[in-house]
Amino acid sequence: MAMNKNIKLMQGNEAVAEGALIAGCDFFAGYPITPSTEIAEILSNKLPKIGRVFLQMEDEIAALGAVLGAALCGAKAITASSGPGISLKQEHIGYASMCEIPCVIVNVMRGGPSTGLPTLSAQSDIMQAKWGVHGDHAIIAIVPSSVNESLYETIRAFNLAVKYRTPVIILTDEIIGHMREKVVIPDKNDVDIIDVKLPDVPPEKYNPYNFTSGKVTPLAPMGEGYRYHVTGLIHGETGFPSQKIDVIQNAENWLIDKIYKNIKDIEKFEEFQTEDADILIVAYGSTSRSARQAITMARAAGIKAGMFRPITIWPFPDEQVSNLSKKIKKILVVEMNMGQVILEVQRNACGANVYGLNIANGEPITPDQIYAKIKEVSQL
Amino acid sequence: MIKTKFDYDYYLRKNTLPHIWCPGCGDGIILKALLRAIHKCGYSKDEVVITSGIGCASRLPGYVDFNTIHTTHGRALTFAIGIKMYKPKLKVITISGDGDALAIGGNHFIHAARRNIDMTLIVFNNYTYGMTGGQYSPTQPLDSYSTTTPFGNIESPFDVCNLAQAAGATWVGRSTSYHAVQLEKFMVNALTHTGFSVLDVITNCHISYGRRNKMKSPVDMIKYQKEKAVAARSAENISAEELAGRFKTGVLFEKTDKPEYSSEYYKKMESIKTK
Repeated sequence: MAMNKNIKLMQGNEAVAEGALIAGCDFFAGYPITPSTEIAEILSNKLPKIGRVFLQMEDEIAALGAVLGAALCGAKAITASSGPGISLKQEHIGYASMCEIPCVIVNVMRGGPSTGLPTLSAQSDIMQAKWGVHGDHAIIAIVPSSVNESLYETIRAFNLAVKYRTPVIILTDEIIGHMREKVVIPDKNDVDIIDVKLPDVPPEKYNPYNFTSGKVTPLAPMGEGYRYHVTGLIHGETGFPSQKIDVIQNAENWLIDKIYKNIKDIEKFEEFQTEDADILIVAYGSTSRSARQAITMARAAGIKAGMFRPITIWPFPDEQVSNLSKKIKKILVVEMNMGQVILEVQRNACGANVYGLNIANGEPITPDQIYAKIKEVSQL
Repeated sequence: MIKTKFDYDYYLRKNTLPHIWCPGCGDGIILKALLRAIHKCGYSKDEVVITSGIGCASRLPGYVDFNTIHTTHGRALTFAIGIKMYKPKLKVITISGDGDALAIGGNHFIHAARRNIDMTLIVFNNYTYGMTGGQYSPTQPLDSYSTTTPFGNIESPFDVCNLAQAAGATWVGRSTSYHAVQLEKFMVNALTHTGFSVLDVITNCHISYGRRNKMKSPVDMIKYQKEKAVAARSAENISAEELAGRFKTGVLFEKTDKPEYSSEYYKKMESIKTK
């Protein structure tokens, strides 16, 4: 790959579509919404040409419903939306979680609440990604910070979805989604792809769920001889509804345990100049780009700043933040919202002071704004 | 057509019984007709997928040994569309109540019909939200009573069949849980039709609807179905006054020349496929 790099100039939304195709995505259903629409437009062109399915549905709810129907038949399925569209999808995100149906949901974040800022960026759906669904469950959410990373993280999102039989949310934003940047397209032989597999037991021995062995049971594609029942009701390992208290508790535990007990496999983060840092910036997605520049500015002025950048935002990297906070006593959380990830950082900060730079006016947070805040914090 | 002898037990998941339906409920009659119809069509259990929404009727899939999905309220057709488009070889059937199909799921109903996608929707139409205790539904007759229309219903009901036809469905029929033999026949018609087929089945909820509308026993409600049903071909000779408050049964609409969505998609795909 190093010899003949396949380099392209690409938009973030295009990179998500490209990553999906590399991951083997064979089904898209969506509904037009700014700023995610390009993902649908690109896949409407590319999927039919390779014998795969693109659907524009009648609404956002239907889009995820169709994705889940196809995924139950073995599809690697994706939908893309933003803001109000993601709010509408919540019930089906919960259904996917409850019934353990792998799928990828892209949220190209825009300002909110309500119609908010359709054409401007925000990072205000981080908590929604974790808590938007009613009921206890765990979710995997990923925040890419570049166009290139959008491509690779989309591939990873599909792999995690299949491996853990869970919805995976990709949280890009209007900035990443619409900007154009260099992307290194991987050779298909160089990327690990986790495929949908038939169960390794015959149909008569197949249970669609397993809450106790610690291993995720493969989801048998429907129509291949494995007949089973899927319901959003709390169900036992056979898939049929149950109101037995031990079955209920096992099911509830499992939805959380299967993610959190595998956090080492799911987590991903970057540390930038943290070794000697006196101030730790926590930033993610598009905002981390300005933070990186601000750190360079701060270091030039003699302030030792560094950055912790979560790439997997859910489950949250509690352990890393906690460890960093033991040696770096000032933490500045920078985000394009009124304060969301800062709550997680505060929860994990061991005796460090946590400050926030929260700007939610539709404009990207600039390196100058972050540098000014770093200077202010350094003098406290 | 399958030659083997029909046996309910072959199709039922007996370990999931007894069902949740009240004694005297019409849903069991429809379930039995559906199993006989699937058998007559000769479909294997592996090639049938049944999706349903939320409500009494939508609990049906749990009791039958096919690929079954009890989805979210009103959205069963959206799952069905994903399934049919991804694996067109599958026979897709959606079970829905009147509230599920026409209130919360109304948007999906008209768009599935518009697309004319090859699947069958069976509406268990009992005029009420039975599972939640009898609130008025979009098919509940004018002036009738429910827990949320204590002074009588002032909303005009949907005619499921007229709506389906207007939205673009290519097979539309109606029967009742009284007409069990006819029901099976219409189900075979609907299942073997290529395109979106809608079968409106008037069924009885004597507990949640009947009790509030002077039909407190299943027998009262079965009599209601028998008396109010007018065969479509006899309806032509009956005056409008006599038809008031009654409903037509029969194959009410059939069209075979409208393109079917999944085959059109795959045809288009073949024509543009990268070699």
